[in-house]
Amino acid sequence: MILGVSIYEILTVSTLVFFIGVYGFVTRKNLIAMLMSVELILNSAALNFVVINKYLFPGNLEGAIFSIFIIAVAAAETALALAIIINLYRRVMSLNTDELETMKY
Amino acid sequence: MNLSYTVLIPLLPLFMFLFLGFGFKRFKEPYSGWIGTIGMLITALISFYTAFQYFFNYGKVDGVYQKIYAFNTEWIHFSDTLHIDMGVLLDPISAVMLIVVPLISLMVHLYSIGYMHQEPGFTKFFAFLSLFTFSMLGLVLATNLFQIYIFWELVGVSSYLLIGYYFEKPSAVLAAKKAFIVTRFADFGFLVGILMISYYAKTWDFATLTSLDFIHQLSSQVGMFMGFSIITWALIFIFVGGAGKSAMFPLHIWLPDAMEGPTPVSALIHAATMVVAGVFLVGRLFPMFFFFDDGFALQIVAWVGAFSALFAATIAFTQYDIKRVLAFSTMSQIGYMMLALGVSGYEGHEGLGFMASFFHLFTHAMFKALLFLGAGAIIHAVHSNDMNDMGGLRKYMPVTHITFLIAALTISGVPPFAGFWSKDEILAAAFEHNMPVYIIGFVVAGMTAFYMFRLYFRIFWWRDPDYHHAPHEAPKTMTIPLLVLAFMAVFSGFIPFSELVSADGKGFHSHIDWVMAGASVVIGLIGILLAYVFYKRENDLSTRFAYAFGKFYKWTFHKFYIDELYFFVTKKIIFQNISGPFAWFDRHVVDGTMNLIGNKTVWIGEKIKGLQSGKIQDYAMFFISGALFLIMVFWLLLN
Repeated sequence: MILGVSIYEILTVSTLVFFIGVYGFVTRKNLIAMLMSVELILNSAALNFVVINKYLFPGNLEGAIFSIFIIAVAAAETALALAIIINLYRRVMSLNTDELETMKY
Repeated sequence: MNLSYTVLIPLLPLFMFLFLGFGFKRFKEPYSGWIGTIGMLITALISFYTAFQYFFNYGKVDGVYQKIYAFNTEWIHFSDTLHIDMGVLLDPISAVMLIVVPLISLMVHLYSIGYMHQEPGFTKFFAFLSLFTFSMLGLVLATNLFQIYIFWELVGVSSYLLIGYYFEKPSAVLAAKKAFIVTRFADFGFLVGILMISYYAKTWDFATLTSLDFIHQLSSQVGMFMGFSIITWALIFIFVGGAGKSAMFPLHIWLPDAMEGPTPVSALIHAATMVVAGVFLVGRLFPMFFFFDDGFALQIVAWVGAFSALFAATIAFTQYDIKRVLAFSTMSQIGYMMLALGVSGYEGHEGLGFMASFFHLFTHAMFKALLFLGAGAIIHAVHSNDMNDMGGLRKYMPVTHITFLIAALTISGVPPFAGFWSKDEILAAAFEHNMPVYIIGFVVAGMTAFYMFRLYFRIFWWRDPDYHHAPHEAPKTMTIPLLVLAFMAVFSGFIPFSELVSADGKGFHSHIDWVMAGASVVIGLIGILLAYVFYKRENDLSTRFAYAFGKFYKWTFHKFYIDELYFFVTKKIIFQNISGPFAWFDRHVVDGTMNLIGNKTVWIGEKIKGLQSGKIQDYAMFFISGALFLIMVFWLLLN
């Protein structure tokens, strides 16, 4: 419980972070930038877990533990995504999504 | 007394068929022929033993020949009375067939070793012969209507395979198809009859169907249709099947064409055994034919038989292909058997026609097989079916000449040969019961003698054409069957048939009425004499006569245009007016609907395939928009 800060303010921040992430994912043409946007979405979700745990169920720990899970999974996912991106770059010499559309009809 | 060994009679030829059929690349000529012949010999010995034992040992109980189920096993069960069985039924007529079928088959096997020499597919031929023998034996030994129907179709298949044996020849293929389709069409009537019987009589079992108590009970139960008992209609339908197989008018058109097959096949299938299946079928159900509606169905049998006999004999006058003359002669003689059944009574001496029919079936099998095998030997020697290519062959082929002469005398009804006795019984039966039929039969007897001796003189006398290489007598494997059958043709008339085969199973004494016999002998001799005048030496008498008859001759020569009539009905009427519109509907409406659905699916797919752009951000946009849309929907619904 942080003095002077209500749950709504923190949730507003996390919602903003989420939609910034979504916007970035849809508009950015660079794969690395898209990956960063995905991280933003994940972090907003983690923030939600922690805040709701803290404000609504102060006696429990599940929210905090889940946010740690999310951070760990996000790290693994980022490592994997980066490996894929590096391989992709070696193959097509580009990270622009407009040029990476071989998987179509 | 255990009779279950009789099941070997049909099963041995089946085994031979599988044995030769599956290993046919491995067997070389002539071994496969000898294997088939020996297999057939064993079958024949078992059959003769069975028939002999039946007639003289255990068949007769209290003076009546019994129907004995030597072997019976239930195959498909529908109800307690209605079930399809497979078995072996012994009674006088099946015992007679047990002599006819294996004997002719054995002779034909032996003959084919010589005749089919160096033909491609030698082993295949023997395998098919065994298949046919199996089917025919299964047919004559059937214990119930459905078993007879199954084997009925099997003989049809083997006949199809053997007619189409020279399958590189288009005419043989056409003939095989024609035989199959025409008989199959007739068998549809048979099937309808069987189904009607199964519905009203509730059994297919022959012993039940032909027992007098059952017939009496049934006739009081079943309803009427158009003035006749429904069972009578069923019997007429069954007779349609029999008429198809036995080449009765108007379903006879396949038989002359079936002569495209090898000649031993014509002898076995299209003269001696398969084509008499219709006679056998009517004989099998004879009490039903006789007792329902005072034998109305039997009247139809008599008239169809009489008309076919006359019709075929007329056509036989004008044909030049020797096998076709024999084919029409077969049709005419089967007509005789049918008319004999048709004029038969039931009790004792009244059943003369029934006995005469089977007597004639027996003797006819011998002399007609002999005629065909003789014709085969002639064709083998001169390489032609046309009697214009023949003449003067008596010098070159003495054995064939003598046996052919014996057969021709037999079919003409000259005493003491077998045909005289059986034909005389038929005419006597017809004389007692149906005068118009008797007159037809009497006239046909004279016509038969004439066209047979026309054939004989044209082949063996007439003139001496210049043969490129002199025709030679057939090899031993071919002449021995001729001699055996000639022996049978001479002496089988002395068998006391009426003691053994009769409609009610009791047997009776038959005696020759010498006035009637004399009359038929005289008309036969007149026929022979006329043929002698016309055809002994080459002359133009017959041509002038043909010219004098003009139109009628032309009609007869073209077999009264029955084939053309069939073609007109099927091609011009059925195909064009019924099948054509159906085909159009199928092609345009049914297929069109299906094609429309398919084409539209493809079209829609083409239109929307752009959605799968390969751009991950497009997918994300769809996903997010969809998720937001759903959230809004739920939110609105919840408030």
